[in-house]
Amino acid sequence: MSFEWPWQYNFPPFFTLQPNVNTRQKQLTAWCSLALSYCRHQKLYTLDVMEAQESPVFNNKKIQRKLSTDTIQVIFEELRKKGNLEWIDKNKTRCLIMWRRPEEWGKIIYQWVSKNGMTNSVFTLYELSNGDDTENEEFHGLEDWMLLRSLQALQLERKAEIITLDDSKGVKFF
Amino acid sequence: MDRFVWSSGLLEINETLVIQQRGVRLYDGEEKGKMDVGILLLSTHRLLWRDHKNHDCCIAMPLSQIVLFEEQAGGIGKSAKIVVHLHPAPSNKEPGPYQTSKYSYIKLSFKEHGQIEFSRRLSEEMTQRRWEHMPVSQPINTSTTSQAGRTRAVGIVGIERKLEEKRKEMDKNISEAFEDLSKLMEKAKEMVELSRSIASKIKDKQGDITEDETIRFKSYLLSMGIANPVTRETHGSGTHYHMQLAKQLGEILLAPLEEQGGMMALTEVYCLVNRARGMELLSPEDLVNACKMFEALKLPLRLRIFDSGVMVIQLQSHSEEEMIASALDNVSEKGSLTSEEFAKLLGLSVLLSKERLLLAEKMGHLCRDDSVEGLRFYPNLF
Repeated sequence: MSFEWPWQYNFPPFFTLQPNVNTRQKQLTAWCSLALSYCRHQKLYTLDVMEAQESPVFNNKKIQRKLSTDTIQVIFEELRKKGNLEWIDKNKTRCLIMWRRPEEWGKIIYQWVSKNGMTNSVFTLYELSNGDDTENEEFHGLEDWMLLRSLQALQLERKAEIITLDDSKGVKFF
Repeated sequence: MDRFVWSSGLLEINETLVIQQRGVRLYDGEEKGKMDVGILLLSTHRLLWRDHKNHDCCIAMPLSQIVLFEEQAGGIGKSAKIVVHLHPAPSNKEPGPYQTSKYSYIKLSFKEHGQIEFSRRLSEEMTQRRWEHMPVSQPINTSTTSQAGRTRAVGIVGIERKLEEKRKEMDKNISEAFEDLSKLMEKAKEMVELSRSIASKIKDKQGDITEDETIRFKSYLLSMGIANPVTRETHGSGTHYHMQLAKQLGEILLAPLEEQGGMMALTEVYCLVNRARGMELLSPEDLVNACKMFEALKLPLRLRIFDSGVMVIQLQSHSEEEMIASALDNVSEKGSLTSEEFAKLLGLSVLLSKERLLLAEKMGHLCRDDSVEGLRFYPNLF
């Protein structure tokens, strides 16, 4: 399924950070949702700022416009404030993209677990993310760090508990 | 060493010191002189040496005696030296430390270094040969050679000398003239300080000044150009002159403003008005002050200052909303516009058209596209 670009993507001013505050707000909101939906579509969980500048999201070759690194940083900062992004390193070159927040993932996983009547059973993390049973689920292929955070979120809600198995981690659902 | 003569060590008129170096010993050829270590001085005319212990012992030699010189690098235990080859001494030379010498060269031994700079300066002086066209008056003037030494206006050297003198005269005149000006400026500063202090005293109503005199003094201040100190900041104040000027401007500018679409940059107004006046031109400051009074005088013009600092005069009837709405229409019609295209479309100056587009952007009607191609404005679809 190819990615559907929003109308703003082909609007040249979209790639210039607007000085007018109201316009800028709307622009940034649009950018945030575009970035997140693109990452969701491509199943990207991490982004490198340098690479991002060349990625089709921030660089529309058809209208020959691309975002400057400064503007990308502004957008990333917005995402971070909303909780959808986390910097891996201090220099802000790589980041984790959470187009779904851990709590949301937790909810989805728990729904699947309870729907299949698998509460009170134990799973390894690998089973959840790469098992045959979960192949059609959205969280299939979820990267470990993200999975772990989602389960931690569930743990806080007392819906799960993370346990350490021999050489890997597992989780028990309640 | 027999080229040296005893000297008082004083520099003559027109002779200037170029460089001096202490810790120098003089050698007559290869032999160490009976002189000790001393200070070597180079002037525009002579090479002088003074004993560092006995300051009265001073000898000098004209630079014209020097044929050439060369540097001799130092070694371990040996200081660097300059070897100076000399012309034979003139027969009428005055007495010096040595009557005769079997060498026609001397050595300058730099015990405390400094030979590099010294030799550089020496070579400069030898190239410039300033002693040839700068006559020195010698107080002990017995020999005829010094008479001949007085340069006459012959040849290129004479011309150069005359030019130099003329330049010096001019220099002197200019600095004398400006001397008065700087004195005047100082006095003016004092006057301004004085009037300011009195003005502030009036403001505080301190001092023994009666009401009558206060008013009189205020009018003096006004005529001198210092506005009423109490109400200086308020809008209605200003000198009589500015008020009259504002009224005059109100009449002159109506027609051009209509023509230009109701708005003109202040620089254009300035050019227009001064061209019309011909004589008695306005200063920019007067123009701005007069324009600031438009509103107070209920004239149909307004001075307006944009965010970017650009100042314009516009008709009061000129409505900004209309302008922006029409700007939006224009941009939507063309899809997008740069300020140059907009200017061409409306017949405005580029400066004013940019201001209008920026204003429309500020109000949220337009958005900008900044790229290598330039700055374009689009209708704000966000």
